[in-house]
Amino acid sequence: MPRIQTTAELEALRAEILAARDPAKPCIAVCGGAACDGLDSAAVATAFAAEIAKQGVAAKVDFRVTGCHGYCNKGPNVLVGPDDVCYFEVKPDDVPEVVESALKGVVVDRLVYRDPASGEKAVHLSEVPFYKHQMRILTGDIPRIDPTRIEDYLAVGGYSALAKALSQMSSDQVLQEVKKANLRGRGGGGFPAGLKWETTKNAPGKTKYVIVNGHEGESAAFMDRAMLTGNPHKVLEGLIIGGYAIGAQQGYIYTRHDSPSMARHITAALEQAQELGLLGENILGSGFDFEVELHFDVGIFVSGESSALMRSIEGNAPEPRPKYIRTSVSGIWDKPSNLNNVETWANVPEIINRGADWFTSIGSEKSKGTKLVSLSGHVVNSGVVEVPMGTPLRTIVFDIGGGVPDGGAPKAIHFGGAMGRSIPISMIDAPLDFDGMSKLGAPIGAGGLLVMDENTDMIEMARYLLDFLVKESCGKCTPCREGMYQMLKILSNIIEGKGRKFDLERLAELTEVTSLGSLCALGKTSSDPLKSMLRYFKPEFEARIAAGSAAGSEAK
Amino acid sequence: MSGTIVQITLQIDGKEATVAAGTTVLKAAQQIGVAIPTLCHHEKLEDYGGCRLCLVEVESRGRTNYVVSCLYPVENGLVVRTRSEKVDKVRRLIIEELMAHAPDAPELVRLAYEYGADRNRFEKEAAFCVMCGLCVRYCDEVKQKRAVGFIDNGHAREISFIPEIAAKECWNCQECFAICPTSYAQAAYLLTEALAFPGRRKKESTPREAEEGRMANIPAVPMTFVRRPPAAKPEMAN
Repeated sequence: MPRIQTTAELEALRAEILAARDPAKPCIAVCGGAACDGLDSAAVATAFAAEIAKQGVAAKVDFRVTGCHGYCNKGPNVLVGPDDVCYFEVKPDDVPEVVESALKGVVVDRLVYRDPASGEKAVHLSEVPFYKHQMRILTGDIPRIDPTRIEDYLAVGGYSALAKALSQMSSDQVLQEVKKANLRGRGGGGFPAGLKWETTKNAPGKTKYVIVNGHEGESAAFMDRAMLTGNPHKVLEGLIIGGYAIGAQQGYIYTRHDSPSMARHITAALEQAQELGLLGENILGSGFDFEVELHFDVGIFVSGESSALMRSIEGNAPEPRPKYIRTSVSGIWDKPSNLNNVETWANVPEIINRGADWFTSIGSEKSKGTKLVSLSGHVVNSGVVEVPMGTPLRTIVFDIGGGVPDGGAPKAIHFGGAMGRSIPISMIDAPLDFDGMSKLGAPIGAGGLLVMDENTDMIEMARYLLDFLVKESCGKCTPCREGMYQMLKILSNIIEGKGRKFDLERLAELTEVTSLGSLCALGKTSSDPLKSMLRYFKPEFEARIAAGSAAGSEAK
Repeated sequence: MSGTIVQITLQIDGKEATVAAGTTVLKAAQQIGVAIPTLCHHEKLEDYGGCRLCLVEVESRGRTNYVVSCLYPVENGLVVRTRSEKVDKVRRLIIEELMAHAPDAPELVRLAYEYGADRNRFEKEAAFCVMCGLCVRYCDEVKQKRAVGFIDNGHAREISFIPEIAAKECWNCQECFAICPTSYAQAAYLLTEALAFPGRRKKESTPREAEEGRMANIPAVPMTFVRRPPAAKPEMAN
């Protein structure tokens, strides 16, 4: 493909791509997301390619392997356009029938969704309960895109926001739009992205960096991987726009080394964007130069902490640095560095394209836009969910998630993975947004949402999460390294029936000192799950300790 | 360029301190004679912030925060309290956590007394190392040899001499032994020596041993491990 020099050339290329496509033509999209891949969707995809070749219908039906459709436990997912017919749990044997039906414009009845209770059918994406209650602004395009082909992204309007920003807006105007949209960081803190951008923009020095934090490492979180693997160009477009607004010349995408398809897709996206001239010198003739480099972690959870991440990009061990000087002022090689998470960047093109007013019309009072959630645990439907901020948890757990399997009752909801917190199910009518959840003492974190049923042992749960963090602590500072270890020992003792009366008091002191004294966010929040469990489920701990000591004295 | 240094005035435990901008709170406190306990801090090394013992309470623009003084830069009008109920609580627990590993380290024993820490609060797992990283950082930053490093992470973290480098560099140096608060650096080195390049100690003295007039063949023993002979009973005067 020739390098694009101007915005007009970009639009001409887009028109050319669209002209070659027939919107009424059937299109089969096989999900190649992580969960479907695990259910061998690759075999299904191979079968489709073979079947289309065998029937000689390549001209009559489009076929592509895409990123994650979202409905993970029903995989392998297949979506047939143009009407978005959803097929679930598709096997290679089903493939000939799906191809024939797609050509005829009919539906394979046995593969569509059926309500487990009523048996009622749902054929199209907009009717399936799991999708019906969502608002898929960021993820909606994923089933329409082969992530390794930039043409597919251009076909859904990709890079039009970048063109708009570079040709019609000054860097200040872009910044103002993001500030006005009140886009808050999706990585967990909920800090306004516009303010963070402004700090880096105004920080002294010419060399500045913008970074995508794609290091999603915590348990029960898989939405960023779905986003970055399924639509890497959207995140990249956001990053380039951010680079323009902030005045950075270099961007980094920092991600995990252990997800081969994600690495492949990002690498391809960077190459194609470079080839088209959407990266490099004088992008779209605007005079703005910008390069992006992909950087992998070394397989340790704390790499996702902002200062550790920057140390890692510098080529050092990913040990957190104390942040008395913010990384937005002094980050990579002590240069101002703006770090945002995958989902935050993915929002940027939408905000530029549709405007801050559109963005602020979605969501709750202080949390705007949508939120990606990784829904898992004791729920009927699990997967990647996108809902407007402020959606009641009940909608997510029951309407989208379908409640607890086998008619069980939920007991608690856990947010934010290993450093997140649990709330009892009595709070299920609370809205999912930054402030609402913080008020309940369970900030939404990055978006991992784990439902736990009535049989869940909360002490075991606390122990499990702490065990993960003990292994992931870097070990530099005492409160994190020693404090968590001692907490884990106490919890293990309680579980083994060797708990003692003063254990709860010791746990309270350890959680307090660990969060007060630790160096980085990992240590500071490491005891959050335990704190929330001691806050809402203390009687369980007391009962277990009492039972343990009763059993102990009997044994004597 | 004129060499004017920007001066910052802050308050530490009620005393006023005026120091150069960029100074840490710990250094400012030391300048006006306010003592803050440290374990991983060393004049010759980059500030590290690992042990967290030097945690203090700071008040700035109406907000109270807990920060480590060895890293926190001074600000105009900053109010620092080096002792408070919470600060003491953090320090006490840290001392207790470390004493599970090095119950007899002289500095910890002294601090435990000062802060009322219970050396038996947590079950003993004597590893003797408190992970202050002084040996690792001294070898890297001052000697630039990197003969000793951290291996593993979290609670499994430990220091380890790298045999290939240690065999070449350590014999003539051994300077990290003196800055180790628990004598573990020396023990770790002797272990490496015994496993990786035994025999030399039997034949020759290290330069330090020679200087101190000690004989070869006698392993160096840290002072803390030497039992004093009981004082001779005074003769009873009949």
